[in-house]
Amino acid sequence: MIVKPFEQVVAEHGPMVLRVCRAVLGSADAEDAWSETFLAALKAYPELPADANVQAWLVTIAHRKAVDVTRAQARRPVPVGDVPDRPGRTDAWNGELWDALARLPDKQRLAVAYHYLAGLPYREIAEITGGTAEAARRAAADGVKALRACYPLEGAHS
Amino acid sequence: MTDMFQFFTNEVLLDPNVMHERLVADAASQGLLDVAYHVVDSPVGPLLLAATEQGLVKVAFDRQDHDAVLAELAAAISPRILRAPSRFEEVTRQLEEYFTGERHTFEVPLDLRLARGFRRAVLDHLAEIAYGNTESYAQVAAAAGSPKAVRAVGTACALNPLPVVVPCHRVVRSDGSYGQYAGGEEAKRVLLTMEAA
Repeated sequence: MIVKPFEQVVAEHGPMVLRVCRAVLGSADAEDAWSETFLAALKAYPELPADANVQAWLVTIAHRKAVDVTRAQARRPVPVGDVPDRPGRTDAWNGELWDALARLPDKQRLAVAYHYLAGLPYREIAEITGGTAEAARRAAADGVKALRACYPLEGAHS
Repeated sequence: MTDMFQFFTNEVLLDPNVMHERLVADAASQGLLDVAYHVVDSPVGPLLLAATEQGLVKVAFDRQDHDAVLAELAAAISPRILRAPSRFEEVTRQLEEYFTGERHTFEVPLDLRLARGFRRAVLDHLAEIAYGNTESYAQVAAAAGSPKAVRAVGTACALNPLPVVVPCHRVVRSDGSYGQYAGGEEAKRVLLTMEAA
């Protein structure tokens, strides 16, 4: 049985899950997806085997939430764009690379997010998204190639 | 390439405190917050406060290692544990009043599930020892219904899940010396000196 307090899971993996939600859904829905991911995780947490890979488990839940959100969006009559950034974070905000990530095809975006932002191996990504590990590897490589076109950012040197 | 992903990692996203509060609120409303906790400062050092839906279930001193205490709560009650300061406003206020000498008894719901049997009987009696008074371990043993169980009273006090609030510090040795305390002898001295003032 798991004995690590859930707060520790949130503290250790919260930022990673948020980056993944942001990468997969964009900023407008990231907060909702993060909250729903951890709520669902909290519910199932006592049954999680002690030797489980918590990182992969959380990404799996986040992935399902993202799929739900994407389906709900598809049913909306009028698509809703990104809401404006909140005050106070515009100084640190450079959306170019995030925007480039958002423009990637779904498979590439998921592979990049789950491999580079969540740190999962391609074999585990394939288990989450379906398909093969090799397909996930290719999608991530293609995605990164497209992102490189936007990087280095202005002011950063290569 | 590493630098590019460093960019995503460094990016500040949303407000973690607001998001955490929302998680706590959602968890509580869905009955998923089995144990809430908060750490408050006090004249006897940082105190960990933990509560179930029934009430305050654990108070722990810094020297008891708060991380270890939370792990014990996860095993004994549930690993569905979240930091939730907003759930401790009332008990925090009462503790502040207690430490400034304004309050002599605590009026918050308690969850005594971590003490059973004789240990529970001892705690029930401790609540009756008035502010500023002390009793010996032998007196408490007699009051709890087992006059010979003096050592067991010592154990019950040492394992009191709710020190300060359930006043095990008011139990001292028959020679008047303080005796052991979960918060350390110095903490016991601070509390008894304050109550005697």
